[in-house]
Amino acid sequence: MHELSIGSAVVDTAVKHAAGRRVSLVSVRLGHLRQVVPDSLSFYFDLIARDTVCEGARLEWEIVPARLCCEPCSHEWDVTEPAFRCPRCDGARVVVLSGEELEVASIEVHQEEPACIV
Amino acid sequence: MHRVKVRVVEDALDANNTIARANREDFDRDGVTVVNIMSAPGAGKTTLLERVLRDGIEELRVGVLEGDVQGSLDADRLAHLHIPVTQLNTDNGFGGECHLDANMIRSALGTLPLADLDLLIVENVGNLVCPAEFRIGEDARMMVSSVAEGDDKPLKYPLMFRACELVVLNKIDLLPYVEFDVERFRHFLDQVHPGVTVLETSARTGEGVDDLRAWFARLPDRAEAAAPA
Repeated sequence: MHELSIGSAVVDTAVKHAAGRRVSLVSVRLGHLRQVVPDSLSFYFDLIARDTVCEGARLEWEIVPARLCCEPCSHEWDVTEPAFRCPRCDGARVVVLSGEELEVASIEVHQEEPACIV
Repeated sequence: MHRVKVRVVEDALDANNTIARANREDFDRDGVTVVNIMSAPGAGKTTLLERVLRDGIEELRVGVLEGDVQGSLDADRLAHLHIPVTQLNTDNGFGGECHLDANMIRSALGTLPLADLDLLIVENVGNLVCPAEFRIGEDARMMVSSVAEGDDKPLKYPLMFRACELVVLNKIDLLPYVEFDVERFRHFLDQVHPGVTVLETSARTGEGVDDLRAWFARLPDRAEAAAPA
Protein backbone atom coordinates (compact mmCIF):
# COMPACT_ATOMS: atom_id res chain seq x y z
CA MET A 1 0.00 0.00 0.00
CA HIS A 2 2.95 2.37 0.31
CA GLU A 3 3.14 2.31 -3.50
CA LEU A 4 0.84 5.35 -3.62
CA SER A 5 3.17 7.41 -1.40
CA ILE A 6 6.25 6.17 -3.22
CA GLY A 7 4.66 6.72 -6.65
CA SER A 8 3.93 10.28 -5.65
CA ALA A 9 7.55 10.79 -4.55
CA VAL A 10 8.80 9.29 -7.82
CA VAL A 11 6.60 11.60 -9.93
CA ASP A 12 7.71 14.64 -7.90
CA THR A 13 11.37 13.74 -8.39
CA ALA A 14 10.92 13.16 -12.13
CA VAL A 15 8.97 16.41 -12.58
CA LYS A 16 11.68 18.35 -10.78
CA HIS A 17 14.44 16.99 -13.03
CA ALA A 18 12.35 17.32 -16.20
CA ALA A 19 12.36 21.10 -15.71
CA GLY A 20 9.25 21.59 -17.83
CA ARG A 21 10.17 19.09 -20.56
CA ARG A 22 7.79 16.27 -21.46
CA VAL A 23 8.83 12.92 -19.90
CA SER A 24 8.48 9.64 -21.83
CA LEU A 25 10.29 7.22 -19.51
CA VAL A 26 11.14 7.10 -15.80
CA SER A 27 13.66 4.49 -14.62
CA VAL A 28 13.67 3.57 -10.95
CA ARG A 29 15.83 1.25 -8.85
CA LEU A 30 13.89 -0.52 -6.12
CA GLY A 31 15.77 -2.26 -3.33
CA HIS A 32 14.41 -5.69 -2.50
CA LEU A 33 14.06 -4.73 1.18
CA ARG A 34 11.70 -1.84 0.39
CA GLN A 35 8.98 -4.36 -0.46
CA VAL A 36 7.64 -2.32 -3.35
CA VAL A 37 5.22 -4.15 -5.64
CA PRO A 38 6.27 -2.90 -9.11
CA ASP A 39 2.90 -3.43 -10.82
CA SER A 40 1.17 -1.55 -8.03
CA LEU A 41 3.75 1.26 -8.22
CA SER A 42 3.20 1.44 -11.97
CA PHE A 43 -0.56 1.70 -11.49
CA TYR A 44 -0.26 4.59 -9.03
CA PHE A 45 2.46 6.23 -11.09
CA ASP A 46 0.09 6.44 -14.07
CA LEU A 47 -2.63 7.98 -11.91
CA ILE A 48 -0.43 10.53 -10.16
CA ALA A 49 1.38 11.47 -13.36
CA ARG A 50 -1.85 12.84 -14.86
CA ASP A 51 -1.73 16.57 -15.52
CA THR A 52 2.03 16.64 -15.02
CA VAL A 53 4.85 16.47 -17.58
CA CYS A 54 5.04 12.75 -16.73
CA GLU A 55 1.54 12.02 -18.03
CA GLY A 56 1.68 8.96 -20.28
CA ALA A 57 5.32 8.22 -19.38
CA ARG A 58 6.39 4.61 -18.99
CA LEU A 59 7.79 3.47 -15.64
CA GLU A 60 10.71 1.08 -15.88
CA TRP A 61 12.15 -0.64 -12.81
CA GLU A 62 15.14 -2.64 -11.71
CA ILE A 63 14.98 -4.64 -8.47
CA VAL A 64 18.23 -4.36 -6.53
CA PRO A 65 19.00 -7.55 -4.56
CA ALA A 66 19.56 -7.23 -0.82
CA ARG A 67 23.14 -7.81 0.30
CA LEU A 68 24.20 -7.67 3.94
CA CYS A 69 27.54 -7.52 5.70
CA CYS A 70 28.28 -8.60 9.26
CA GLU A 71 30.48 -5.95 10.91
CA PRO A 72 32.31 -8.19 13.39
CA CYS A 73 33.10 -11.11 11.04
CA SER A 74 32.97 -9.36 7.63
CA HIS A 75 30.82 -12.10 6.16
CA GLU A 76 28.73 -10.90 3.18
CA TRP A 77 25.60 -12.59 1.94
CA ASP A 78 22.42 -12.07 -0.08
CA VAL A 79 18.99 -12.29 1.53
CA THR A 80 15.58 -12.85 0.03
CA GLU A 81 13.78 -13.42 3.34
CA PRO A 82 13.81 -10.91 6.20
CA ALA A 83 16.57 -12.61 8.20
CA PHE A 84 19.11 -10.11 9.44
CA ARG A 85 21.32 -12.16 11.73
CA CYS A 86 24.70 -13.23 10.39
CA PRO A 87 24.40 -16.88 9.27
CA ARG A 88 28.10 -17.43 10.04
CA CYS A 89 28.63 -15.91 13.51
CA ASP A 90 25.00 -15.23 14.53
CA GLY A 91 25.97 -11.58 15.11
CA ALA A 92 23.40 -8.79 15.22
CA ARG A 93 25.55 -5.89 13.98
CA VAL A 94 24.68 -6.16 10.33
CA VAL A 95 25.04 -3.48 7.67
CA VAL A 96 22.81 -3.31 4.61
CA LEU A 97 25.11 -2.99 1.58
CA SER A 98 22.29 -2.85 -0.96
CA GLY A 99 18.58 -3.47 -1.14
CA GLU A 100 17.24 -0.26 0.42
CA GLU A 101 17.24 1.77 -2.81
CA LEU A 102 14.23 3.84 -3.75
CA GLU A 103 15.93 5.78 -6.44
CA VAL A 104 14.95 7.58 -9.60
CA ALA A 105 17.92 6.57 -11.76
CA SER A 106 17.12 8.47 -14.95
CA ILE A 107 14.35 9.99 -17.02
CA GLU A 108 13.91 10.35 -20.75
CA VAL A 109 12.61 13.74 -21.87
CA HIS A 110 11.51 15.31 -25.14
CA GLN A 111 13.80 18.14 -25.98
CA GLU A 112 13.27 20.84 -28.58
CA GLU A 113 15.98 21.00 -31.25
CA PRO A 114 18.33 23.76 -30.20
CA ALA A 115 17.49 26.92 -32.09
CA CYS A 116 19.96 27.83 -34.77
CA ILE A 117 21.90 30.82 -33.60
CA VAL A 118 23.19 32.96 -36.39
CA MET B 1 12.09 17.34 -31.12
CA HIS B 2 14.20 14.43 -29.86
CA ARG B 3 14.46 12.29 -26.77
CA VAL B 4 17.22 12.82 -24.29
CA LYS B 5 18.12 10.66 -21.33
CA VAL B 6 18.68 12.65 -18.14
CA ARG B 7 20.69 11.03 -15.37
CA VAL B 8 18.91 11.66 -12.04
CA VAL B 9 20.21 9.22 -9.39
CA GLU B 10 18.17 10.73 -6.59
CA ASP B 11 16.40 9.01 -3.73
CA ALA B 12 12.69 9.50 -4.35
CA LEU B 13 12.31 10.49 -0.68
CA ASP B 14 15.07 13.13 -0.78
CA ALA B 15 12.54 15.97 -0.76
CA ASN B 16 10.95 14.56 2.39
CA ASN B 17 14.31 13.96 4.05
CA THR B 18 15.42 17.53 3.35
CA ILE B 19 12.34 18.91 5.09
CA ALA B 20 12.83 16.41 7.93
CA ARG B 21 16.33 17.81 8.48
CA ALA B 22 14.92 21.35 8.59
CA ASN B 23 12.36 20.21 11.20
CA ARG B 24 15.14 18.61 13.19
CA GLU B 25 17.13 21.85 13.20
CA ASP B 26 14.10 23.72 14.50
CA PHE B 27 13.52 21.12 17.22
CA ASP B 28 17.19 21.21 18.20
CA ARG B 29 17.16 25.01 18.37
CA ASP B 30 14.45 24.83 21.03
CA GLY B 31 16.02 21.83 22.73
CA VAL B 32 13.04 19.58 22.02
CA THR B 33 13.52 15.82 21.70
CA VAL B 34 11.04 14.25 19.30
CA VAL B 35 9.79 10.68 19.28
CA ASN B 36 7.67 9.21 16.49
CA ILE B 37 5.24 6.48 17.57
CA MET B 38 3.95 4.11 14.90
CA SER B 39 1.66 1.08 14.89
CA ALA B 40 -1.28 -0.56 13.20
CA PRO B 41 -4.68 1.02 13.95
CA GLY B 42 -5.92 -0.09 17.35
CA ALA B 43 -2.62 -1.34 18.79
CA GLY B 44 -3.09 0.97 21.76
CA LYS B 45 -0.84 3.98 21.10
CA THR B 46 -3.22 6.54 22.58
CA THR B 47 -4.15 4.43 25.60
CA LEU B 48 -0.47 3.82 26.32
CA LEU B 49 0.19 7.55 26.09
CA GLU B 50 -2.68 8.27 28.48
CA ARG B 51 -1.18 5.81 30.94
CA VAL B 52 2.37 7.11 30.60
CA LEU B 53 1.47 10.79 30.71
CA ARG B 54 -1.08 10.59 33.51
CA ASP B 55 1.69 10.69 36.10
CA GLY B 56 4.04 12.72 33.91
CA ILE B 57 7.49 11.75 32.69
CA GLU B 58 9.77 12.90 35.49
CA GLU B 59 10.18 16.67 35.23
CA LEU B 60 9.94 16.77 31.44
CA ARG B 61 7.61 19.24 29.77
CA VAL B 62 5.81 17.03 27.29
CA GLY B 63 3.64 17.87 24.28
CA VAL B 64 1.78 15.55 21.94
CA LEU B 65 1.10 15.85 18.22
CA GLU B 66 -1.74 13.58 17.19
CA GLY B 67 -1.79 12.46 13.57
CA ASP B 68 -5.06 11.08 12.24
CA VAL B 69 -6.74 10.94 8.87
CA GLN B 70 -9.79 12.61 10.34
CA GLY B 71 -11.29 13.84 13.58
CA SER B 72 -9.90 14.79 16.97
CA LEU B 73 -10.96 11.76 19.04
CA ASP B 74 -7.40 10.98 20.11
CA ALA B 75 -6.57 14.58 21.00
CA ASP B 76 -9.83 14.79 22.98
CA ARG B 77 -8.83 11.70 24.96
CA LEU B 78 -5.59 13.38 26.01
CA ALA B 79 -7.21 16.72 26.83
CA HIS B 80 -7.64 15.91 30.54
CA LEU B 81 -3.89 15.54 30.95
CA HIS B 82 -3.43 19.32 30.76
CA ILE B 83 -0.48 19.19 28.42
CA PRO B 84 -0.25 20.83 24.99
CA VAL B 85 -1.92 18.50 22.45
CA THR B 86 -2.13 19.39 18.77
CA GLN B 87 -4.30 17.48 16.32
CA LEU B 88 -3.03 17.14 12.77
CA ASN B 89 -5.52 15.76 10.24
CA THR B 90 -3.98 14.36 7.10
CA ASP B 91 -7.18 14.86 5.11
CA ASN B 92 -6.87 18.59 5.70
CA GLY B 93 -5.27 19.59 2.41
CA PHE B 94 -3.13 16.47 2.29
CA GLY B 95 -5.54 14.19 0.46
CA GLY B 96 -6.22 11.86 3.40
CA GLU B 97 -2.68 10.57 3.62
CA CYS B 98 -2.17 7.33 5.53
CA HIS B 99 0.97 8.60 7.27
CA LEU B 100 2.61 11.78 8.54
CA ASP B 101 5.44 13.16 6.45
CA ALA B 102 8.01 15.87 7.12
CA ASN B 103 6.03 18.55 5.32
CA MET B 104 2.89 17.97 7.40
CA ILE B 105 4.96 18.29 10.58
CA ARG B 106 6.56 21.42 9.16
CA SER B 107 3.15 22.97 8.55
CA ALA B 108 2.17 22.25 12.16
CA LEU B 109 5.34 23.70 13.71
CA GLY B 110 3.74 27.11 14.17
CA THR B 111 0.99 25.64 16.35
CA LEU B 112 3.43 23.83 18.69
CA PRO B 113 4.74 25.61 21.80
CA LEU B 114 8.28 24.33 21.12
CA ALA B 115 9.98 26.81 23.44
CA ASP B 116 7.99 25.37 26.35
CA LEU B 117 8.67 21.69 25.62
CA ASP B 118 11.42 19.18 26.37
CA LEU B 119 9.80 16.20 24.69
CA LEU B 120 7.39 16.11 21.77
CA ILE B 121 5.59 12.82 21.23
CA VAL B 122 4.23 12.40 17.72
CA GLU B 123 1.53 9.76 17.36
CA ASN B 124 1.57 8.76 13.72
CA VAL B 125 -1.44 7.59 11.70
CA GLY B 126 -2.26 3.95 12.46
CA ASN B 127 -0.63 2.03 9.61
CA LEU B 128 2.10 -0.64 9.56
CA VAL B 129 3.48 0.27 6.16
CA CYS B 130 3.81 3.88 5.00
CA PRO B 131 4.92 5.67 8.21
CA ALA B 132 8.10 3.58 8.15
CA GLU B 133 9.17 5.31 4.91
CA PHE B 134 8.81 8.92 6.00
CA ARG B 135 11.19 10.56 8.45
CA ILE B 136 9.68 13.61 10.13
CA GLY B 137 12.77 15.00 11.86
CA GLU B 138 12.48 12.81 14.94
CA ASP B 139 15.24 11.69 17.31
CA ALA B 140 13.76 8.28 18.01
CA ARG B 141 11.11 5.96 16.63
CA MET B 142 9.11 3.41 18.54
CA MET B 143 6.41 1.08 17.37
CA VAL B 144 3.59 -0.63 19.20
CA SER B 145 2.49 -4.12 18.29
CA SER B 146 -0.39 -5.71 20.18
CA VAL B 147 -0.86 -9.39 20.92
CA ALA B 148 -4.30 -9.23 19.27
CA GLU B 149 -2.54 -8.69 15.92
CA GLY B 150 -0.75 -12.04 15.94
CA ASP B 151 2.84 -13.14 16.56
CA ASP B 152 3.84 -13.30 12.89
CA LYS B 153 3.74 -9.55 12.24
CA PRO B 154 7.51 -8.92 12.29
CA LEU B 155 7.91 -11.23 9.29
CA LYS B 156 5.01 -9.62 7.46
CA TYR B 157 6.01 -6.01 8.04
CA PRO B 158 9.81 -6.10 8.32
CA LEU B 159 10.19 -2.51 7.10
CA MET B 160 8.24 -1.19 10.08
CA PHE B 161 9.87 -3.50 12.61
CA ARG B 162 13.29 -2.43 11.31
CA ALA B 163 12.48 1.28 11.23
CA CYS B 164 12.24 1.64 15.02
CA GLU B 165 14.56 1.27 17.98
CA LEU B 166 11.93 0.25 20.49
CA VAL B 167 9.18 -2.32 20.00
CA VAL B 168 6.41 -2.22 22.59
CA LEU B 169 4.37 -5.40 22.76
CA ASN B 170 1.06 -4.18 24.13
CA LYS B 171 -2.16 -5.75 25.45
CA ILE B 172 -0.29 -8.57 27.20
CA ASP B 173 -3.29 -8.84 29.53
CA LEU B 174 -5.04 -10.51 26.56
CA LEU B 175 -2.46 -13.31 26.26
CA PRO B 176 -4.72 -15.93 27.92
CA TYR B 177 -7.42 -15.27 25.33
CA VAL B 178 -5.52 -15.08 22.04
CA GLU B 179 -3.29 -17.37 19.99
CA PHE B 180 -0.08 -15.48 20.55
CA ASP B 181 3.27 -17.06 21.36
CA VAL B 182 5.55 -14.40 22.87
CA GLU B 183 8.68 -16.49 22.24
CA ARG B 184 7.71 -16.95 18.61
CA PHE B 185 7.13 -13.19 18.26
CA ARG B 186 10.50 -12.43 19.84
CA HIS B 187 12.19 -15.00 17.60
CA PHE B 188 10.70 -13.46 14.44
CA LEU B 189 11.54 -9.98 15.67
CA ASP B 190 15.13 -11.06 16.33
CA GLN B 191 15.43 -12.28 12.73
CA VAL B 192 14.10 -9.03 11.32
CA HIS B 193 15.77 -6.60 13.72
CA PRO B 194 18.41 -8.34 15.83
CA GLY B 195 19.09 -6.61 19.11
CA VAL B 196 16.11 -4.21 19.07
CA THR B 197 14.79 -3.28 22.52
CA VAL B 198 11.44 -4.87 23.42
CA LEU B 199 9.09 -3.88 26.23
CA GLU B 200 5.96 -5.79 27.17
CA THR B 201 3.06 -3.67 28.37
CA SER B 202 -0.61 -3.61 29.12
CA ALA B 203 -2.05 -0.13 28.84
CA ARG B 204 -5.15 -1.49 30.53
CA THR B 205 -3.61 -2.95 33.69
CA GLY B 206 -0.56 -0.70 33.70
CA GLU B 207 1.92 -3.59 33.59
CA GLY B 208 5.22 -2.53 32.05
CA VAL B 209 4.14 1.11 31.73
CA ASP B 210 6.82 2.28 34.19
CA ASP B 211 9.50 0.78 31.94
CA LEU B 212 8.08 2.63 28.96
CA ARG B 213 7.95 5.86 30.97
CA ALA B 214 11.61 5.35 31.89
CA TRP B 215 12.48 4.85 28.21
CA PHE B 216 10.81 8.18 27.36
CA ALA B 217 12.57 9.87 30.29
CA ARG B 218 16.01 8.85 28.96
CA LEU B 219 15.40 10.17 25.43
CA PRO B 220 16.47 13.82 25.95
CA ASP B 221 19.83 12.82 27.47
CA ARG B 222 20.41 10.42 24.64
CA ALA B 223 19.50 13.01 22.02
CA GLU B 224 21.90 15.46 23.64
CA ALA B 225 24.72 12.92 23.57
CA ALA B 226 24.03 12.20 19.89
CA ALA B 227 23.87 15.86 18.86
CA PRO B 228 26.83 17.15 16.87
CA ALA B 229 29.20 19.14 19.09
